[in-house]
Amino acid sequence: MLDGAMGTMIQRYKLTEEDFRAGWFEDHPSPLKGNNDLLVLTRPEIIREIHEAYLEAGADIIETNTFSGTTIAQADYGLQKAAYDINYYGAKVAREACDKFTAQDPSKPRFVAGSIGPTNMTLSISPDVNDPGYRAITFDQLVTAYKEQTKGLIEGGSDILLVETVFDTLNAKAALFAINEVQEELGTDLPIMVSGTITDASGRTLSGQTAEAFLISVEHANLLSIGLNCALGANALRPYLQVLKNKAPFFVSAHPNAGLPNEMGEYDETPDIMGKQIKNFLDEGLVNIVGGCCGTTPEHIRAMAELVSEKNKEHRSQITD
Amino acid sequence: MSLHPDYKGKYEYKWHHLPYLHLSGLEPLIITPESNFVNVGERTNVAGSRKFLRLIKDEQFEEALDIARDQVEGGAQIIDINMDDGLIDGKSSMVKFLNLIAAEPDIARVPVMIDSSKWEIIEAGLQCVQGKSVVNSISLKEGEEKFIEQAKKIKQYGAAIIVMAFDEEGQADTYEKRIQMCERSYRILVDKVKFPPQDIIFDPNVFPVATGMDEHRKNALDFFLATRWIRENLPGAHVSGGISNVSFSFRGNDVVREAMHSAFLYHAINEGLDMGIVNPNMLEVYDDIPKDLLEHVEDVLLDRRDDATERLLAFAETVSGDAKEKKVDHEWRNQSLQERITHALVKGITEFIDEDVEEARQSVEKPIQVIEGHLMNGMNVVGDLFGSGKMFLPQVVKSARVMKKAVAYLLPYIEADKSGGQSNGKILLATVKGDVHDIGKNIVGVVLGCNNYEIIDLGVMVPADKILDEAQKHNVDVIGLSGLITPSLDEMVHVAKEMEKLGMDIPLLIGGATTSKVHTAVKIDQNYTKGQTVYVLDASRSVTVVGSLLSKEKDNFVSDVRADYKKVRENYAKKKDFKSYLTLDEARANKYKINWIPEDITQPNLIGTKVFEDYSLSELRDYIDWTPFFYTWELRKKYPEILSDEQLGAEATKLFNDAQQMLDQIIAEKWIEARAVIGIWPANTINDDDIEIQLERGTHVTYGMRQQLKKSDAADNICLSDFVAPKDSGLQDFIGGFVVTAGIGIEKKLAEFEADHDDYKSIMLKALADRLAEAFAERMHERVRQEFWGYESTNYSKDDLIKEQYRGIRPAPGYPANPDHTEKPGLFEILDATNATGVSLTESFAMQPAASVSGWYFAHPAAKYFGVGKIQMDQVESLAKRKGYSVEEMSKWLSPNLD
Repeated sequence: MLDGAMGTMIQRYKLTEEDFRAGWFEDHPSPLKGNNDLLVLTRPEIIREIHEAYLEAGADIIETNTFSGTTIAQADYGLQKAAYDINYYGAKVAREACDKFTAQDPSKPRFVAGSIGPTNMTLSISPDVNDPGYRAITFDQLVTAYKEQTKGLIEGGSDILLVETVFDTLNAKAALFAINEVQEELGTDLPIMVSGTITDASGRTLSGQTAEAFLISVEHANLLSIGLNCALGANALRPYLQVLKNKAPFFVSAHPNAGLPNEMGEYDETPDIMGKQIKNFLDEGLVNIVGGCCGTTPEHIRAMAELVSEKNKEHRSQITD
Repeated sequence: MSLHPDYKGKYEYKWHHLPYLHLSGLEPLIITPESNFVNVGERTNVAGSRKFLRLIKDEQFEEALDIARDQVEGGAQIIDINMDDGLIDGKSSMVKFLNLIAAEPDIARVPVMIDSSKWEIIEAGLQCVQGKSVVNSISLKEGEEKFIEQAKKIKQYGAAIIVMAFDEEGQADTYEKRIQMCERSYRILVDKVKFPPQDIIFDPNVFPVATGMDEHRKNALDFFLATRWIRENLPGAHVSGGISNVSFSFRGNDVVREAMHSAFLYHAINEGLDMGIVNPNMLEVYDDIPKDLLEHVEDVLLDRRDDATERLLAFAETVSGDAKEKKVDHEWRNQSLQERITHALVKGITEFIDEDVEEARQSVEKPIQVIEGHLMNGMNVVGDLFGSGKMFLPQVVKSARVMKKAVAYLLPYIEADKSGGQSNGKILLATVKGDVHDIGKNIVGVVLGCNNYEIIDLGVMVPADKILDEAQKHNVDVIGLSGLITPSLDEMVHVAKEMEKLGMDIPLLIGGATTSKVHTAVKIDQNYTKGQTVYVLDASRSVTVVGSLLSKEKDNFVSDVRADYKKVRENYAKKKDFKSYLTLDEARANKYKINWIPEDITQPNLIGTKVFEDYSLSELRDYIDWTPFFYTWELRKKYPEILSDEQLGAEATKLFNDAQQMLDQIIAEKWIEARAVIGIWPANTINDDDIEIQLERGTHVTYGMRQQLKKSDAADNICLSDFVAPKDSGLQDFIGGFVVTAGIGIEKKLAEFEADHDDYKSIMLKALADRLAEAFAERMHERVRQEFWGYESTNYSKDDLIKEQYRGIRPAPGYPANPDHTEKPGLFEILDATNATGVSLTESFAMQPAASVSGWYFAHPAAKYFGVGKIQMDQVESLAKRKGYSVEEMSKWLSPNLD
């Protein structure tokens, strides 16, 4: 069981510009509000509270608040220098929350998944429509950025590395390349999860691949799981999860949004609605790891966690029968 | 047979414990043992194409992309890209070209092969591709350390590799060196680098033959032998090669080169070559190579005689000329916008439609005007050509694909614009309740859609009330009903009656395999008086019929139809008067008499049922009867003559090639699964017309229908039960039954095609699934005759199968020899068919998925196919009583056989 959305929860705190600066970036020349990853440094107690709310709701794996923790994504705020710290402290605060809950109930160990986002650059698509051969970034630059992020996440205490919201498989391949190099340097062997995002009803990633082509392109990395997250709601993900389930030699994960955003930019699917959809996934044996993405809350995760735990019980009793 | 003395026969893949080689562009490419041969496009290679080199040198990347696109369109499953030339910057050209390809979905859908002898170019290329590509190539040339380092990197980038048979000493040029270097490379890759073995592809060097030098005489033969050895001894590894090298000595003589490439491939594939860099336009069909040329070529390739080279050179002088190179002609791109759009629609080219439509959109005030103007102008041309028989259905469906793409492109603009368009009229189409067959209906929808009618397609198994609700809700102008099985006829009558009740007056069209003008005139027309019912023979007619019904000429048209149908009814009544019928008892007395002797009954090897899952589709492929396939597409001539037919040949050949290509994919990518269940049980005839079957758990009786028509000659009044020994003969006879399907899982691909607005592929897939199901029935019948019942030992030719020249029959319930559909559930029950195969029955006893066939097996030498024809009420009453139905119910099911 994965956790749910971080951004949605942070919104509830109604934070101000000051919260994003406290103690670290007081003199930074440009506004920082909205750069949520910084909160692991400036307001770690809030992030920890959110992690704990998800752990309380029954999540086995929580994701670090480091989705944009690369020099590339942080460049928008002029905070390239914060990249390592975000990842190190992001992993650390999640580690502490997990350790607390594992200590309370050692029969249900909790894990930290270091979240590695796609960045705001893309290696397969030109940002300039008039020059389709142009690229704003190179593979090597991306690898360098991902290496720093990975290093921070591992040294901060992550158990798993999660390359998520993959909209361009080549970006993901750069992340996997970086992870491989860092793990070799540090002598670690953390399991890797990859989760792509399918952006429209054509069933393709933003960079144009079908679900199966996406799987084949990252298969070489010997993953713990492959899956899909974000973009569409649970129901729309189903046909593509089926493809992954049938073809992948790994576990399959899904952490969908709480439906699609409505006109107000809010996510409508209640824990109940989403739970029903997730239940179908579980009944069909479609997924091994579930959770939530944009718009989901601890209430959503609680609803899902109950279903998962029922399913696991059922499964175990079948095995012992 | 194998050329290699240690192995026998064609190479058969044996490393089933390993995963297959997976590659990807935007779409997956999975290389399975059934893939046979993956062809890699070679023309985006500066070393192989002077034109491509010039374009790259001049930085004309746009045109260079066209070459890549042509190759993919021409059938290349991977494209090889090579920028190794002293005059260009290989690394930046590779990066630029790969980045440009990424922006072209019709190229990027296939995986790329990054081809260079320079590691820095390879690595730069690997950093530009999101899919899983192939590196071509690395080798031991610079020693083991370099080799390991590069292989590790490639693994980290996630690509497959081609390994050349090349080491520190040089290139392998004998059989022994080839296998020694490949084995050494393989062991290093698998043992030290942990490279996935299935991702290793060897290139054991294709060198030229007939060079005049003795040491080159075995170049081809050694390649064949090494290929075989590699595939037999290095688990999972593949073999590839650059084929055109072999014919290097014959540059300028394309006839010989083409023959040589084909003969080379033929032998290499036989030994296990499963990938190769070829120019598909430089290949002759192996069977089409003139016998004398082939002999000379093979003498050289196989080193069969000392003077082989001289003889081929001498022979080559006598053949020359007509190269096969087919060029994709883009001249038409220079024409006016309207001409381009019309061209794209007529030729079915989707490639440029988005840009042309965009240009059109910017030229008009409202986006809808593009549909009403440019696109409709083009479709009118298509309609005219189709109407005058100059275009055929498969082409029209491809036109529709272009149209749909264009409309899909415009839709967001139109919706933003909010002003609706004007269609010629709204047509509602549905396959009636209980029926799942929809190929014909879909074709009608496409053809009418092409003619600017708005189609509301309700799909299959649509109940009458839904048809009528939707018709009223959308205020449609015409309703079209379709069905294939006989109970659907009755359902159509029901819909007509309901329309009458609601006081509707819009035209009702009737179509589908079992429908007919007679049935429409006699049974449907009179039940719907306010509107006109019209029988439509095929999709081509639907356009004129609908056109007439919605035009000013409607009144004339309707009165013509009425007069016609009146005549049909009168003739029908007259004919009826001429025919006379026997009573059931009289008919039984005139049954088909068999002299029952034990020699004619064979004890089956199988008693009970047997289930087949995931049956090999490639095995079934050879059993396909193609003629009905062409009929589906309204190309009505016999196969194979149709392919060379003066009028239909060209289109039929294109369609056939498309079908073959899709079949390759269906098989390689397992788009559908074939399943079957068969059963054979002890059985005897009881009460003249019925067959009592002995199951383990008791008995099941299947009830037969007997011909009642009084025949002028001394012919018999047959019933299927006549072919099974009666109980009182004292002989134990047998009967078999079967359900086969080739439609399991088909919905997934269909949904994909639908999302892609690709009716052509969707109809193609359904038509092929139907053919595979029929082929499966034929194959299963053969196996039953030869193995499971085992009364036949002869191997019949495929032609004989199609002509049904063998002993025994397999009639299906619901079809002429036993038109009673209500016998089907019993057959399904005793086979436990739904559990065994996933095929279920609808309320009208249509099988679902539609690509399924069921029936009984009769084995007696005298058993033959026949049609029951019309029956009389005494038989209906007798059947009702025997089966426990009310007479009314029985009449309803048998209504097609009643007057």
